[in-house]
Amino acid sequence: MKAGVLGKVYNDGDVIVRQGEAGDCMYEILEGTVEVLREKNGQEVCLAVLSKGDFFGEMAIFEREVRSATVRAMGEVRAMTIDKKTLLRRISGDPSLAFRIVEKMANRIRELDIEIERLKAI
Amino acid sequence: MSSDFKNIKSSDTHPPLSDENTSHFKLNENSRIAVIGGGPSGSFFAYFLLNMAERVGLDLHVDVFESRDFDNPGPAGCNMCGGIISETLVQTLATEGIELPPNIVQRGVDSYFLHMDVGSVKIETPLQEMRIAAVYRARGPKGNTDLEWGSFDGYLLKLARYKGANLIDDRVVDVAWSNGRPEIKTRGGVVRSYDLLVVAVGVNSPTLKLFQDLDMGYKPPGTTKTYICEYYLGHDGVGSNLGSSMHTFLLKIPRLEFAAIIPKGSYATVCMLGYKIDKELVQSFLNDPAVKKIFPPDWDSDKGACQCSPRMNISPAKKPYAERMVFLGDCGVSRLYKDGIGAAYRTAKAAARTALFEGVSEEDFEDHFWPTCKSLKNDNAIGKLIFLIIGQLQKISLTRRAILRMVSKEQKKEGKKRRMSAVLWDMFTGSAPYKEVFFRTLHPLFLTSFLWSFAVEIWPFKKRTTIQEES
Repeated sequence: MKAGVLGKVYNDGDVIVRQGEAGDCMYEILEGTVEVLREKNGQEVCLAVLSKGDFFGEMAIFEREVRSATVRAMGEVRAMTIDKKTLLRRISGDPSLAFRIVEKMANRIRELDIEIERLKAI
Repeated sequence: MSSDFKNIKSSDTHPPLSDENTSHFKLNENSRIAVIGGGPSGSFFAYFLLNMAERVGLDLHVDVFESRDFDNPGPAGCNMCGGIISETLVQTLATEGIELPPNIVQRGVDSYFLHMDVGSVKIETPLQEMRIAAVYRARGPKGNTDLEWGSFDGYLLKLARYKGANLIDDRVVDVAWSNGRPEIKTRGGVVRSYDLLVVAVGVNSPTLKLFQDLDMGYKPPGTTKTYICEYYLGHDGVGSNLGSSMHTFLLKIPRLEFAAIIPKGSYATVCMLGYKIDKELVQSFLNDPAVKKIFPPDWDSDKGACQCSPRMNISPAKKPYAERMVFLGDCGVSRLYKDGIGAAYRTAKAAARTALFEGVSEEDFEDHFWPTCKSLKNDNAIGKLIFLIIGQLQKISLTRRAILRMVSKEQKKEGKKRRMSAVLWDMFTGSAPYKEVFFRTLHPLFLTSFLWSFAVEIWPFKKRTTIQEES
């Protein structure tokens, strides 16, 4: 890892987050691409591909559930963890810090709506 | 100086606050905002104000007055500080969508060494992740020719400009009131009034004197002198001698409160805090065996590439706000000894939120901006108490050995069981509020572990062991 970079480097195929595990942080992608996978009956379904500037694992920040999906590195990925406690403390002092998270989640709902519409049309 | 700019009291020309004219104190379409100072607090303010204004569909005009060029190496563009971006701030900025690129981060820091006369120990983050950034405020020390390096302050200013802030390369030389609005005069002769004036200068800036003549209750913060020096070791030299660790020192040197050596690019930055820092104190520190051992054998402490003795904020400014005016970062309220850039972020964002969503009257700032400052101020009071306790513990060899023993043992355990390590980590990196650090030291398990380590140290028949230094 270069001297002047932040976060942690994951290699191609590394599992960053595993479905079913407990989590107490979210991740910001600083470089590279990851795939979000849902595992059921031994089969993997790719839910999304995320890249630089996206975050994942944010559900662990706002609810006390286990990870809902597995996130795996596609090629070399650099990501940084954002601690649940740190983030919630900051949001409680400055609710506008959550603007970007809400915005990203709203975008995802919009994308899901389009996907539902597409599936219903089949 | 024009007579218009002499000792005009705020009460002379301010519109009285009443329900009828409350709307005068709201930012509206095309409201004009001046920011004096393009350092972190000024840039953060401009960036977040414009970012939030964009979300609510409001078009604002923001002028940032900054005459320094942060792309210059050496004192010309430097804001003179240790240049550590705390773990909490790095994470918060990432949440905001502000990533610090590799050319701005001179080195990612994932651990620190605690050096004492009784030994040294390495404290690592449980996640083994680079979440602390060592940066140069300008473009590195005097004589630096490496053009790959970027300035942290310059990067933030570019973000503010990208959001629409207008950079004015001029210095504000006078401030007055005009029809109830702050009016500034620049060295270039420009006279302009604004709906809001944001003062975001450092404690070393002569600009602060302009506000002492305005009768509005503002009193600059209390300061103390620090010492910062850069030593060229070469990129490989920094890597092999300092690694990706910040080196902190708790040494029994009179008048020295705290010292750190930070790896950055091809240089090592030495930072010292203490009482009346002078050449003698600096030499005592640099000649200490604990310091010398982390530098190469041929290192000459007299050959610093760049050095300065800036003043730093150690007590809050009095009333850092007025009608249509607010003081941010170092010239307002900062954090004691640590995380000054984190305090700049928090106060700048609190001021931006207040100005946009509440208003720019004195009352608005008192109700919505001052609570953020007050929380920093109250936390600093606890910080002072902690540093006082550390100062006393530093004088006793047994306690230094007990701390070292406790930390060394903890480093073999899992994250949550590293109680002393976590306390020291948060103290030295500024990652958590002092209040939280203080209450963690009162935890029964912390006290039991510390007393046990202390007892082992005073036990006369203990097995003679030396604390293993991590390498």
